[in-house]
Amino acid sequence: MKIVIFGCGKIGTSIIESLVGEGHDIVVVDKDPGVVEEVSNIYDVMGLCGSGVDSDIMSEAGVADAELFIAVTGSDELNMLGCFLAGKMGARYTVARIRNPEYNDESLGFIKQHLDLSVALNPERLVAQEIMNILHFPTAAKVESFSGRNLQIVNVFLKDDSLMVGMKLSELRKKYREKFLICNVVRGDEVYVPNGDFIMKPGDRIGITAARGDMLKLLRDIGMPQKQPKNVIILGASRIAYYLAKLLIAAGIEVTIIDRDKQRCEEFALAIPEAVLIHGDGMKQEVLREEGIAATDAYIALTGTDEENVLSAFYAGSQKVPVVIAKINRQEMVLTAEKLGISCIVSPLNIVSDIISRYARALHNSIGSNVETLYKLMDGKAEILEFKVFDDFPYCKIPLKELNLKKSILLVGIVRGRRPILPTGEEMILPGDRVIVQSAGQPLGDLADIVG
Amino acid sequence: MNRKLVFNILGRLLTALAGLLCLPAGVSVYYAEWRSVAAFILTAALSVVLGVSMQLPTRRHSGVLYAREGFLIVALVWVVASAIGALPFVVSGEIPSYIDAMFETVSGFTTTGASILPDVESMSRGMLFWRSFTHWIGGMGVLVFIIAFLSNVSERSIHILRAEMPGPVVGKLVPRSKDTSKVLYIIYIAMTLVLIALLMLGGMPGFDSVVHAFGTAGTGGFGIRADSIAGYSHYLQWVISIFMLLFGVNFNVYYLLLIRRVRAAMESTEMWTFFGIVGISAALITANIWPQYGSFWESLRQSVFQVSSIVTTTGYATADFNLWPSFSKSILLILMFIGACAGSTGGGLKVSRLVILFKLIFQEIRRMLHPRAVTTVKFEGKQVEEHTLSSVATYFAVYMICIILIFLLLSLEPFDLETNFTAAVSCFNNIGPGLAAVGPMGSYAGYSPLSKILLTLAMLMGRLEIFPMLIAMNPSTWKKR
Repeated sequence: MKIVIFGCGKIGTSIIESLVGEGHDIVVVDKDPGVVEEVSNIYDVMGLCGSGVDSDIMSEAGVADAELFIAVTGSDELNMLGCFLAGKMGARYTVARIRNPEYNDESLGFIKQHLDLSVALNPERLVAQEIMNILHFPTAAKVESFSGRNLQIVNVFLKDDSLMVGMKLSELRKKYREKFLICNVVRGDEVYVPNGDFIMKPGDRIGITAARGDMLKLLRDIGMPQKQPKNVIILGASRIAYYLAKLLIAAGIEVTIIDRDKQRCEEFALAIPEAVLIHGDGMKQEVLREEGIAATDAYIALTGTDEENVLSAFYAGSQKVPVVIAKINRQEMVLTAEKLGISCIVSPLNIVSDIISRYARALHNSIGSNVETLYKLMDGKAEILEFKVFDDFPYCKIPLKELNLKKSILLVGIVRGRRPILPTGEEMILPGDRVIVQSAGQPLGDLADIVG
Repeated sequence: MNRKLVFNILGRLLTALAGLLCLPAGVSVYYAEWRSVAAFILTAALSVVLGVSMQLPTRRHSGVLYAREGFLIVALVWVVASAIGALPFVVSGEIPSYIDAMFETVSGFTTTGASILPDVESMSRGMLFWRSFTHWIGGMGVLVFIIAFLSNVSERSIHILRAEMPGPVVGKLVPRSKDTSKVLYIIYIAMTLVLIALLMLGGMPGFDSVVHAFGTAGTGGFGIRADSIAGYSHYLQWVISIFMLLFGVNFNVYYLLLIRRVRAAMESTEMWTFFGIVGISAALITANIWPQYGSFWESLRQSVFQVSSIVTTTGYATADFNLWPSFSKSILLILMFIGACAGSTGGGLKVSRLVILFKLIFQEIRRMLHPRAVTTVKFEGKQVEEHTLSSVATYFAVYMICIILIFLLLSLEPFDLETNFTAAVSCFNNIGPGLAAVGPMGSYAGYSPLSKILLTLAMLMGRLEIFPMLIAMNPSTWKKR
C-alpha cells in the first residue's frame, strides 16, 4: 500500500518505523533536509524535502495515487490543510494529527466531516485515556482495553515477594478459582507465550485477562489489591495533563497540577476550575513535599522532557506513592526507566503507531473481519489484535478445538455483545463477535489467517 | 565494521555470479566451443562453492548496514566479481596471463572497454559474449542487480545504492530500494531489447547484435571486430550512436516519462546540458574534419559517432580519430573528462557535477563582488545543499589528483606523453580508447604487467567514483566495532 507521511518528528518517525516493517511503500515529506536524509538512510523509504501542502511536492510524492496520507507535523492547521489538499488530489484516506484542545471539542466532528478526514489523531488525548485505564488497575504497568472496556489485558510486574513467583502456570490454575488467562510474559527483551509448564520469575511482566469482576479478585488473591486513587498529583501543565485532568475530575478524583510556567497555570486554572494549580518547580522536592506527595495516591509526570519525568517519578517512587506513572517519548529511555523501577510508563509514540498500524491493516482487510484494535509488545515481537467478525467469516460456527490454529496464535478472548468470554475448546466464533487474538512473531493482517 | 554482514552479501554475490556465468556457458554450448564451456562451468562451480561457504557461517549475521559497510561491500564486490570473472579467460587458455585476464574483466565490469587483446577476432564466441555481458551487468551495477532480483537486504540498502550508482546525489525513484533497482533494470532491459531488435533489422547478425547492444547499453565498448564498428552499415552506426547517447542520459528521465510526467522529464537541466555539449562538439568536429573527408554527411556521421562514443564513455569507433586534426582530438580529450549524466550507465566526471562546479564558480565571483550577498546554488529546480556542494568540489579535486598520479606512474613506460596521458584519462573515466598507441585501433597490450595492474585499479576507482576504493583501502574501515 502506498502511504505518504507529512511531517517527520518523533511521532512521524515512529509511524514510519511501524509501517515500514509491514511492507508498505512509504514516501516521507518534511521541511528539514537533515531529518529527511536521516530517515531515508535508516528506513527503506523515499524522502522528499519540502512542504506537504505544496502541490509540486505533493504530486512528486505521488499523493494522487496514495491510499493513505498521514499529516503529523507540529501544526494542527498545516495537518488539516495537508489532508484536505491530499484528499482533493486523490489520496483515498487521510489522517491528521489535531491536538489543540480548541479543536478537540464539539467542533472536531465538524472539522472531520468537512475536511473529509478519515481519522483525527490526538495523541495527547489517547495518552490521557490510557492513563485513566491504568488508574483503574493501579498496580498495573499497562492496561490494554478491547471492545470499549469489555475485555482488558492487565500487565503487571511480578515483584520478588509476589505469590505467583516460582509457580508453574498449571499450578496457578488449580490454586485460584477465577477464570483467567496469562497471554504473554515479557522477560528481558523477549516475549514468551506461556504453556502449563512455564515458571514465573520475579521481574516478569505478565499480561493477564479475565472478566472484570474476576480480574479484581484475582489481583487481590495474588497480593495486589487494587485501591482506586482518590487524589492525583500531575507534574507539568501539558496537553496530556489537560485531557487527563478533565477525565479525572469527571471520575470524581481530586487533581493537583504543578507547573513552572505561571501563565500556563493561569490558563489551566481558567479552563479546569476544579483542579488545584500550583505554580512551582516540580523538580524541587520541597514543592512536592508541600503538596503532600507522601500522602497522594498517584503521581503522574507529564512534562515535555523525558529526563524530568523519569527523575521525578523515581523520587515519587522512593516516597512510597502507590501509583507512579511517567510519560516517556524516546524508546531508549523506557528501558532505563524500567531499570530504575518505574514500572508504569506511557508513550504517545507507541500508542499512535499502534493506531496507525491498525488503521493501515484495516484498510487491507478482506471481507469477513476487520481489525478494530491493535497493541504491540516489545517493538512488535508480539501483538494483540481485536477483530470484528462479519457474517461471511469463513470459520464461523466451528468449535475452536476443530480449528487448526497456528502455533504462533493464541485466542485470548471473545466479546459477544458486551459479555467477555474466555474461550474453551467447545466455544465457537459467531458473526458479530469481537475476537481478541495474540500473534507472536509475525504481524497478523486478517482473522482468517489464524488458521494454519 | 560488521564483517559477518559484509561476507554474507559477498557470498550471495558469488552465488549470483555463478548463475550469470551459465549464460555464456549456454552460448558456448550453442557454438560447440567445449573448452569454453568447461571453463565457464568450472568457474561457476568454484564461485558457488566459495559463495555458499561464505554464506553458511554468516547466515545469522546481526546488526545493521551503516554507510561504511555500504562502501566496503561495493568495493569488495567489484574486486571479487572481477577476480572470479577473469577465471574463464585463464582456464580456457584464451588469455593465458591472469593479470591480462583481470584487466580485461575489470575493463568489462567497469564498462571501460579497454582491451589487451592483440587480435579480438581469434577469440571464441563464448568468451566474446562473456566479455560484453560483463559490460551489461556492470553498466547498471552488480549490486543494483542483486538488490533488484535476488536479495532481501532492504533496510538501509540505500547505502549500497549510493555507493554504487554514479553521481553527486543518489535519490530513489520509488519508495523501496528493491523496487527502485527493479525499475532501473526494467528500463535498462527494455531499452537493450529495442536496440537488439533495431540492430537485427539493420542486417547485423544475431550474435553481433546482442554483443554490441550489451556494449552500447553498458556504455562499455568491447567489440568483436578489429575495426570496432567501422565495418558495419551507416544505418547501424547511426543506431548505435543514438543509443549510446540515450544510455548516457540519467535514467530518472526515463522513469518520469514512464509515469507520464513528461514536463518534469523535459525540464532536466542535466540532460539538456549533455545534449548541448554533444551538439556543439559534434558541430565543431564536423567542420574541422570536413576537408579531410570531403563530404558533409560523411564527416557528420563520423563526428557524431565519435563524440557520442567518447562523451558517454563507451569507446566504440568508426574511424581512427588518431588521424584527425589536433583540434578535433583536443575536443575528444576534453569530452573524456566530462563523461555522461549522473544516474546513467556512463562514466566520467558527470555532467551534473560539471554544471554544479560552474555554478560554484559564479557563486564565488558574486561573493567577491558582494561580500554580504546570500547566495544559493539551484540545480534541477532545487536548492543544492551546502554539503553536496562541498562534496562536488572535493570530488573534483580528488578526481584530478588521481588522474595526475596515475599519469605520473604510467610515465615510467617507454611510450610518448600523449599515449600515457590519454591511457590514464581513458581508463580512469571508463572510456577505453585513448590517443596515439592506445587509440581506437590500438590496444593496451604493450603495457607492462605492473602498469596493467595500475590501470585495472584506475578503472575500478573511476567506475565506483573513487571513494569506495579509498575507504576499502583505509585500515580503520576494517576495525572491528
